[in-house]
Amino acid sequence: MNYKTTDVSSLFLLPKQKKRELREKVFEIIFFLCAALSILTTVGIIGTLVFQSIPFFQEISILEFLGGTRWSPILKPQDFGVLPLLMGTILVSVIALGFAVPIGLLIAIFLSEYAPPKLRSILKPILEILAGIPTVVYGYFALTFVTPQLQSLIPNLMIFNALSAGLVMGLMITPMICSLSEDAMMAVPQSLRNAALALGARKMEVSTKIVVPAASSGIIASCLLAFSRAIGETMLVTIAAGATPKMSINPLESIQTMTAYIVQLALGETPHGSLEYNTIFAVGLLLFIVTLFINLIGHLLIQHWKEPT
Amino acid sequence: MTGSDTILSVKNLNVHYGEFKALKNVSLDFTRNKVTALIGPSGCGKSTLLKCLNRMNDLVPEAKVEGEITFENQDIYEAGIDPAQVRLHIGMVFQKPNPFPKTIFNNVAFGLKLNGFKGDIEEVVETSLRQAALWDEVKDRLHKSAMTLSGGQQQRLCIARTLAVEPQVILMDEPASALDPIGTIAIENLMRDLADKYSIVVVTHNMQQAARVSDYTAFLMMDDDRAGYLVESGETDVIFQNPQDERTEAYITGRFG
Amino acid sequence: MDSSKFNLKLNNDSKNRIVKGFIFQALLILSVAICLLGLGSLLFEILREGLPWLSWHFLTDFPSRFPEKAGIKSAIFGTIWVITFAALFIIPIGVGAAFYLEEYARKNIFSKILEINISNLAGVPSIVYGLLGLAVFVQFMNLGRSVLAGSLTLALLVLPIIIVISREAIKSVPDSHKNAAYALGASKFQVIQKIVLPQAIPGIMTGTILALSRAIGEAAPMIAISALVYITFLPTTPMDRFSVMPIQIFNWISRPQEGFKGLAAAGIIILLIILLLMNAVAVYTRNRTQKRSEE
Repeated sequence: MNYKTTDVSSLFLLPKQKKRELREKVFEIIFFLCAALSILTTVGIIGTLVFQSIPFFQEISILEFLGGTRWSPILKPQDFGVLPLLMGTILVSVIALGFAVPIGLLIAIFLSEYAPPKLRSILKPILEILAGIPTVVYGYFALTFVTPQLQSLIPNLMIFNALSAGLVMGLMITPMICSLSEDAMMAVPQSLRNAALALGARKMEVSTKIVVPAASSGIIASCLLAFSRAIGETMLVTIAAGATPKMSINPLESIQTMTAYIVQLALGETPHGSLEYNTIFAVGLLLFIVTLFINLIGHLLIQHWKEPT
Repeated sequence: MTGSDTILSVKNLNVHYGEFKALKNVSLDFTRNKVTALIGPSGCGKSTLLKCLNRMNDLVPEAKVEGEITFENQDIYEAGIDPAQVRLHIGMVFQKPNPFPKTIFNNVAFGLKLNGFKGDIEEVVETSLRQAALWDEVKDRLHKSAMTLSGGQQQRLCIARTLAVEPQVILMDEPASALDPIGTIAIENLMRDLADKYSIVVVTHNMQQAARVSDYTAFLMMDDDRAGYLVESGETDVIFQNPQDERTEAYITGRFG
Repeated sequence: MDSSKFNLKLNNDSKNRIVKGFIFQALLILSVAICLLGLGSLLFEILREGLPWLSWHFLTDFPSRFPEKAGIKSAIFGTIWVITFAALFIIPIGVGAAFYLEEYARKNIFSKILEINISNLAGVPSIVYGLLGLAVFVQFMNLGRSVLAGSLTLALLVLPIIIVISREAIKSVPDSHKNAAYALGASKFQVIQKIVLPQAIPGIMTGTILALSRAIGEAAPMIAISALVYITFLPTTPMDRFSVMPIQIFNWISRPQEGFKGLAAAGIIILLIILLLMNAVAVYTRNRTQKRSEE
């Protein structure tokens, strides 16, 4: 006594309709595969980085990699401590944030609270232009213009240095902080501003004591995403920051970032499959993990902001 | 309308929004320590009038205000007058409760800290919350977010926030319209209690509310050119039982609006 | 609060706060000015250095050891090849993924994971995509350091952009149009094909152009794939080696001799002009999308 209840309508399906259903299903599967490609991409990235790093980590322990303070995979004596690259990356990124966070935030306040619509419609496209300029161009600008200009102010600035790269990178990521923060500020309801004004607040006080705090999760998210972008940036630092990994927080010196190292090795003659060659995947893995972590927190914050409390 | 003591006086007020005339030649006196209701059909300029009384209309870009509004014998639109100072003396509660996304305590303390109050903030916060009939309900959670309060509680919080800076006049723009009946009753009782110390001006589209709560009533209407004007004003009992103008009578008996 | 009998005029405290307000406004304007100055000096520098080197021969010659003889031809062709193939991949796949997410996917945890995944992919550094392409396309699939490997890598890199923008375009098609078609007995795919797709095309084009304009400027992943910066031939098949404009520019920047600075700037000018044109077209198609939704 165990028969399946059949869907009555299927008893009456004409062969033509069955064909149509099949065709629909096929299309759905095709579309699904397109979307699933993104999962495949992520799996591919993680898989590649991990698998290609395994031979590296079989020879060099993770502790030595993450804890060592000297990075010299090619030149003897060989050392595989990634901290100098990490430090170089963070040094440049922090300088970039130091420029972009105050300036981006102030411009966002200007656009959201002060600027008349006509001015906004001119400034926003300009910021989009800044965001769309390829990073090689920023690298060129840093090396050929900013560095010489800074050198006239700071005589012992090296040609390749973290400061120029950091400042120009700051210019590059300012639109990101500005536009996300501005979105967050514009989402603050006008009723809150009215309440503050009715209590005798002036415009600046409304902006700084009400709007910015209310938009804080969006603003912080924008800073985190910009930080992650700065860490992952390649061409600018390759061109302008140098190729000398060192444990230095001196912005006037040349350093090397994780990304610049990967480019250096990719252009070099190191044989495939060698320990030295696999360093690009080990460094790439570290880079991926760091940016993934920061991005996840940033996106969580944006979710928190977008959901009304 | 002759009050014993006029705290706020409007003379020949004309308000334009760009080309559009919103208020036409309104003259009205508001009596000290009494509740005055502004009633009338939608669009007749009640809210516009209210917003002029504490210069909140300044925020509307195309707004032009002509006429005289005197507070304690000072024209608040005179050159050299600081609008922010005006708003410290003439406060406002809005239609939809708008507490800041901060703690209950910081909501009430906001106006104090903003204006450099040097005294005991905690004491003023408690006094204000008591006056707003909210203290007992929140005294144990002053440092929780204001967003955890119900609609009615939030509105009383907004009132407490306004009271903290000790205004002389409190303007209320349909303060109970976003609340449920219980919340509404709480606000109406509060209005009557507050009139002992403050002068209240309330805009309401609910006539029964105006009749229950106010001492004086002003009735505005919209003219054919869509500009609002004052039809009649006087003691609430008189307006509601024995209106002078037939248009007032028509509105009150519900024939329109 | 109850100071002198209601003095509403500006007092010291107000004046203080008003001055602070002015200083603040000055800071705001200063920030805008700094940004504009940065952009302005960047563009000015590039034009100043690069314009003297722009010439017809610059566009039609191959790179050379001698700056005066060098041109950007191989890089331009390489870019055209790579971008064209990338477009061939991203348009169907990106639009397909967008349709799946908007029209088919149910609001369950799996589709949430898909969405989170796509937005995470948008934040992965482009050099990591280069490493992915190197391992998977160049080595594993044995495509070698070819145009095909490069364009596949770029496609993966910019796919999130086209998915996000296409989704918005699809979302903006009013439900009422779709429902009318369903009520007439249309199947889901027919509705997509005949109702949603035509209306979403301007938005999809915007997404494609923005994705491609991002791809054109990418050097890092292309360096990882192609590993060459000095190319003096044109690709003739998708399996040939290649270079792209950003790589060529990078190569010239890295050379210390005097003339190469100007060459790099000239290359940048060409690149920026192409980007400007592409974005102008994207703005046009975006406006057409907005006009549509206002109908």
